[in-house]
Amino acid sequence: MAALEIKNLHVALEDGTEIVKGVDLSVNPNEIHAIMGPNGSGKSTLAYALMGHPGYQITEGEILFDGEDLVQMSPDERAQRGLFLAFQYPHAIPGVTVTSFLRSAINAVRKANAGGEDDPIPVPEFRKDLLEAMDQLKVPRELAGRYVNDGFSGGEKKRVEILQMAMLKPKIAVLDETDSGLDIDALKIVAQGVQSLVGPEMGTIVITHYQRILNHIEPDHVHVFLGGGIVEEGGPELAHKLEAEGYEGFSSNGKEPA
Amino acid sequence: MAVTETEIVKGIGSDYEVKYGFHVPEDYFFKSGRGLSHELIDAISSHKDEPDWMRKFRHKSLEYFNARPLPRWGGDVSRIDFENIFYYIRPTEKQANSWEDLPADIKDTWDKLGIPEAEKKYLAGVGAQYESEVVYHKLQEDLTRQGVLFLDMDSGLREQEDIVKRYFGKVIPQNDNKFAALNSAVWSGGSFIYVPPGVHVEMPLQAYFRINAENMGQFERTLIIVDEGAYVHYVEGCTAPIYTSDSLHSAVVEIIVNKGGRCRYTTIQNWSTNVYNLVTKRAVAHEDSTMEWVDGNLGSKLTMKYPSIWLLGDGAHGEVLSIAFAGKGQHQDAGGKAVHVAPRTSSVITSKSISKNGGRAGYRGLLEIAKGAHGAKSKVVCDALILDEESRSDTYPYIRIDENDVSAEHEATVSKIGEEQLFYLMSRGLSEAEASAMVVSGFVEPITKELPLEYAVEMNRLIQLQMEGSVG
Repeated sequence: MAALEIKNLHVALEDGTEIVKGVDLSVNPNEIHAIMGPNGSGKSTLAYALMGHPGYQITEGEILFDGEDLVQMSPDERAQRGLFLAFQYPHAIPGVTVTSFLRSAINAVRKANAGGEDDPIPVPEFRKDLLEAMDQLKVPRELAGRYVNDGFSGGEKKRVEILQMAMLKPKIAVLDETDSGLDIDALKIVAQGVQSLVGPEMGTIVITHYQRILNHIEPDHVHVFLGGGIVEEGGPELAHKLEAEGYEGFSSNGKEPA
Repeated sequence: MAVTETEIVKGIGSDYEVKYGFHVPEDYFFKSGRGLSHELIDAISSHKDEPDWMRKFRHKSLEYFNARPLPRWGGDVSRIDFENIFYYIRPTEKQANSWEDLPADIKDTWDKLGIPEAEKKYLAGVGAQYESEVVYHKLQEDLTRQGVLFLDMDSGLREQEDIVKRYFGKVIPQNDNKFAALNSAVWSGGSFIYVPPGVHVEMPLQAYFRINAENMGQFERTLIIVDEGAYVHYVEGCTAPIYTSDSLHSAVVEIIVNKGGRCRYTTIQNWSTNVYNLVTKRAVAHEDSTMEWVDGNLGSKLTMKYPSIWLLGDGAHGEVLSIAFAGKGQHQDAGGKAVHVAPRTSSVITSKSISKNGGRAGYRGLLEIAKGAHGAKSKVVCDALILDEESRSDTYPYIRIDENDVSAEHEATVSKIGEEQLFYLMSRGLSEAEASAMVVSGFVEPITKELPLEYAVEMNRLIQLQMEGSVG
């Protein structure tokens, strides 16, 4: 059984419009999956639904995490079990510093793992982890004392998303268009950061529109996403084919969503 | 989402009950009957063995109180039953200057509230008022040697009658408003502080106000004089038991800051939600002095309070930082006033209000720049955060400017905690209540960061308690 198993997942908006139309996907630690698709294909909806966004209804199917069904769980319960979503558009939390936010999030996860008992991370350990992660992701030190995403540039927001991922150490991380809005240098740093975190403890789903980020993160599996479903799957070569031919070569009718 | 707003907030008060909402049996030295009369005033004045001028001042004030109508703006004060209130309760015969000398149940109350502990750790002096009288009072000896006076107001009147007579009722005249008149008639307790020229009181002086009896009226009176180049930070905290019928707290605070002096006055008001809190606070700031009000309003049924600063001297600076948090059944009509009379004066008023679960919180403020206040500068920022559909926020910013070469800015925002913002925080493992509390703590951070650490921690803890419910 895979760490994350998505089975025949259907997702609809509150008004009933179906966006994701039957997705099957298995992800394990040590694996990098790329979901590639054009705008409006439903990729971000899939990401939000996995994390439990209240605006999306799961109408059919299952999301199993280590065999446990996530569908009825709130987003915090999913996060506490080791699922992470790097947002395409992270939200600002004025008045709350990155440091204090990270500590609260880590302590919330630790508390859940300790059966509801407070188990705060010792401050020296937290500081050491934070500084190491910031250095590795080349996040300027001054960002730690600034308010979360408040007045951050697009690149700073994305880097801080990956910083959160590094600090929270999820089992499965979903990266929603993390490459959008990044210049090439920032893209490299972020991609290297992701690559270095993937290993026996973590697997990832990289959702993207472009092949670009995949020059820096080598995917094990590529899934082409069109019209609310996966229409083709393959190895890294599929990403290159997409880059060369575009999405026109694929049709949501050409292959029924698996 | 699994947890609704209503569930988040439904536990409010459960923790208050345990931490602050208890009361102890009454075993008092003297308790007046209910109601207000000239006989009551004679009884209070005789009990305190006051000079004749004060007795007359009280009687005159009662006439003013009786003559004035209830205010018809702000909150609803029409349900206050002035005849049902106990206006004067003297819990002990003598004031103590060691906690051990207090009756056991009163000492126990202060222990539960953590005051003796705080005194040891970070306070330069403590006054503890229980019902109408300050039952414990102490100031560090080196401050006494430097000439700092920190007394309860009654002792101040006895021991420093000349100073008191000179300033008492001068910043806030006895007929200033109906509730100032009431306080002037029946005042008891409160603090009298004098800081001599050049003396910096590094650690805060704290006064703690506790109502214990049902239908109690507490009317403390505070007078602070900060002399030239001196500094003091005064902190007050307030709590009361939870009763089904109402109590009244109506204080008057007068502050004089002389040339180059600085006074900071911090309030963390956490009255139980059966207390009407109607307080008049005003400071006058002379040349190059600084007056700062930090005003945190978390409790009470209705609060009407607008700390004011009259900038009388060239270059004087005033700041008001106000937080108001209104939960179920609460109305916080808070704000601040800055009146610029002298040239080159400056002021900043920052107000943050939060309302939830049907609460109503608002900003009511006055900015006035008088003719002749050349080069005056003022900035007013009021932000409101509304946590659900049933709650309400109001902003009443009055501005009057009679001079040309001045600068006045006013900004106001109203926001809600968005579903997207909550989802973002919850996706990091925070519960909905924790996520909401984090947004609220961030919202008030510009003010809590101005508090000494211990108080900032306390303020954040109180906010978290207000936001919890599903958890507790």
